[in-house]
Amino acid sequence: MQPVADAPSDTPHGPLVEARDLVKQFGGLRAVDHMSIALHRGEMVGLIGPNGAGKTTLFNLIAGSLNPTSGSIRIGGVEVAQERPERRIARGIGRTFQIPRPFAEMTVLENVLTGSQGQSGERIWTNFLQPGRVAAEERQAVEKARALLDFVKLSGLEAEPARVLSGGQRKLLELARVLMADPETILLDEPAAGVNPTLLELIIDRVLELNGQGKSILLIEHNMDMVARLCGRVVVMAAGKLLTEGAPDDVSRNRTVIEAYLGEVAA
Amino acid sequence: MSVELVAYVAFFLTMALTYAVMCLGLNVQWGQTGLFNVGVAGFVAIGAYVSALLTTPDAPDRFGGFGLPILVGWLGAALATGLASFLVGWLTIRLRADYLAIATFGVAVTVQLVALNLQSVTGGPFGIGFIPRPFANLAGDPLAFSLLNLGVLIVVVVLLYLALEHLLRSPWGRVLRAIREDETAALALGKNATRFRLQAFAIGGAIMGLAGATQAHFVGFIAPDNYVPLLTFQVWAMLIVGGSGNNRGAILGAVLVWGIWAASAGAIASLFPPDQQARAAALRIVLIGVGLCAILLLRPRGILGEERVVSRHLARLKPSHRVASRPTPPDS
Amino acid sequence: MNPQLIMDGLIAGAMIGLGAIGITLTYSILRFANFAHGEMISWGAYLALAASSLFGTLSGALLKPIGPFSFGWSLPLAVLVAVALTAGLALLVDTLLFGLLRKHRSAIIIMVMASFGASLALRSLLEFIFTSKPVYFSKALQIALPLGGGLRATPDQMLALAIAALLVIAVHILLTRTAIGRSMRAVSENQQLAGVAGIDVRKVIRTVWVLGAGLACIAGVMAGLLVQIRPYMGFDLLLPLFAAAILGGIGSVPGAMLAGLIVGLAEALGVQLIGAEWRAAVAFIILVFVLLLRPQGLFGRAE
Repeated sequence: MQPVADAPSDTPHGPLVEARDLVKQFGGLRAVDHMSIALHRGEMVGLIGPNGAGKTTLFNLIAGSLNPTSGSIRIGGVEVAQERPERRIARGIGRTFQIPRPFAEMTVLENVLTGSQGQSGERIWTNFLQPGRVAAEERQAVEKARALLDFVKLSGLEAEPARVLSGGQRKLLELARVLMADPETILLDEPAAGVNPTLLELIIDRVLELNGQGKSILLIEHNMDMVARLCGRVVVMAAGKLLTEGAPDDVSRNRTVIEAYLGEVAA
Repeated sequence: MSVELVAYVAFFLTMALTYAVMCLGLNVQWGQTGLFNVGVAGFVAIGAYVSALLTTPDAPDRFGGFGLPILVGWLGAALATGLASFLVGWLTIRLRADYLAIATFGVAVTVQLVALNLQSVTGGPFGIGFIPRPFANLAGDPLAFSLLNLGVLIVVVVLLYLALEHLLRSPWGRVLRAIREDETAALALGKNATRFRLQAFAIGGAIMGLAGATQAHFVGFIAPDNYVPLLTFQVWAMLIVGGSGNNRGAILGAVLVWGIWAASAGAIASLFPPDQQARAAALRIVLIGVGLCAILLLRPRGILGEERVVSRHLARLKPSHRVASRPTPPDS
Repeated sequence: MNPQLIMDGLIAGAMIGLGAIGITLTYSILRFANFAHGEMISWGAYLALAASSLFGTLSGALLKPIGPFSFGWSLPLAVLVAVALTAGLALLVDTLLFGLLRKHRSAIIIMVMASFGASLALRSLLEFIFTSKPVYFSKALQIALPLGGGLRATPDQMLALAIAALLVIAVHILLTRTAIGRSMRAVSENQQLAGVAGIDVRKVIRTVWVLGAGLACIAGVMAGLLVQIRPYMGFDLLLPLFAAAILGGIGSVPGAMLAGLIVGLAEALGVQLIGAEWRAAVAFIILVFVLLLRPQGLFGRAE
């Protein structure tokens, strides 16, 4: 199955996720500098750039872990730039971390269950007043979580604490945890970094399948082969700014892009 | 065994169990959520005074004495203390971790001050007497009276224990554990960390208030002197000794430390002449202070250690075992 | 407002400010709220008292009051000894407790709890040694001199204010103009980075303890001279100290002193308006308002 390369089937209000003129200032450092990016429904876009280009900061801004100094972020046409992260997930944004952050002492299955949204058992009194309802929801959640663990091939480890997982398994666990919330858009921060080749194929395969199911994906990745295989469009960032964007082949031949990376090598 | 001995043991255990309730409350705040409360004594005092005001007969020289049933007093105590904890938490939980500690310390100092000086409500330095005791009509039969009171406290502790374990293994408890392990990841999963912490802090506070109320009704009178920083310290020592994060540890630690405390009174007192007893009391506090620091250094996980908790519906997957290393609570 | 109130408030505020400097330094550099800091004040006062009586026994001439003051040369000499001993005590507690906890990489909140334990132990140890009966440096009564504008102060009080002002200026210069001061600020910014950059973090930590304990000792001597010496004197100051450190902005020495004066004046005002028994509540109310309205304090940075 091929990734959807040019499917700008927009929401009635424009792209699914759109950031315009974003600025994030940390003291004297401008990590993101008037950056704009758009992600359309069903699209898979690669976000590349040298280290320190501001890619992860951009993710944090879109996912709400950080609020921008200025600029606009729209999800489904609604302005969300100053919303807290827990509101973003309700708007269909899910994200993974560059260095995975599993809840190390909780079991693999519980890690995934933590991704459930709106469980009535997360309210204190419901646990005592409607234990039946909580138990029924929990059974459904467990069923869903097990299906997701199956999807990322971690079923055999569901009762193990997450700390025993390898780096690649942790990335897969995070993916399953995010999928628990049924996000429309997934932000993947370097899913291939530090992953052994076998697991890498599995990750690529699963990302393709998710995109095939209609999920829009924004992907930070240094592995250009992987980006070329997955993404129809690539956005290049350098020094917090948009450097260029286009098809993977064009971008990898682009002089300024090569210079940006070479500049990094030279530095 | 003589009747007196049974009655004494029952008295000792009842007292110890009132501390166990405080410990369970502190365990929700600290053991399960990583929130540091330096004002345990203040919250216990709020519960004790509220319940005393609600249940004592009308007193001409001060406000209240509403003569309500004991259970109403206990419920009111838990609600009032829960509300006070909620307010303190709301003020500080979004800020640095130790601002909560400083604010709770302030609460304890202020509650002490109010208890001492707001004579028209709290009775001032002499406190409030004639707090109705459960089964007071049996007071003529010390054995039945003390055993029934012990029974009441056992019921309270068991019910609390079951309710807390239920909550800990619920989705709510799971989110709480997730937040303690990695707040950033929990936020990215849509969990409002501040809300969950605040809830845990309020519940822990309500339990401390209940503890204060049960103790007040068991002893029959209260005074500001009962709620000095030493009390906070004892409850902390109990939880740390028993193993924070572990409800059974909290109960065990309370009984154990209360036992050591009671026994050390006699032992240290016997080393000093009668006119030096104030010194003996001070030395006892030095020893428990040094003891707590030593436990923090040598065995920070306590006797039972933290229990590994798995959500209820998953418990059959794997036998529970202890956590290898205590995850550090959030500190920023 | 009664002008005498201003004098009382300023004097109490100067003592709070000196103590709050130690709190704010340990908080910004060692990164925890030190509940044992009040005990440095009490220990400082008792150590000075012990040293002063010792000097007095060695030579009665040292007890003869200096000029208009209520004390003889035995006290200034004793203060030097007591500052050194209090600093030594702080270093000892650090070696036995906080240093080991740092080595175990204990969570900050464990350090706070340990400081709470140390506070109880140190305070009760004072009670054990000296009992809880109040004691005094000098029984001599001093006449308050009119200063104009209705203000009156005893020579001891004026000396205390002058010394507090000098000390704040000295500490401020130390922090802003010397190598160790720059190191301290670097560690407070980022301990790991400072370590990597070749700053001797352990020396900075020792300096913080010596500085904080020394100032606490002097605050304790002032409190002892102007009021009385009790084992609880430092603990009772703890809430005002925290209120001042947070109001001033964690890490700011001038902020701590200014906030100390504000807390002291507010307490004096509170004492007049609602009564002396409510003094301790004033600091709590200030604390609540600061946390509510400006948690970073007057001179702190928002996080």
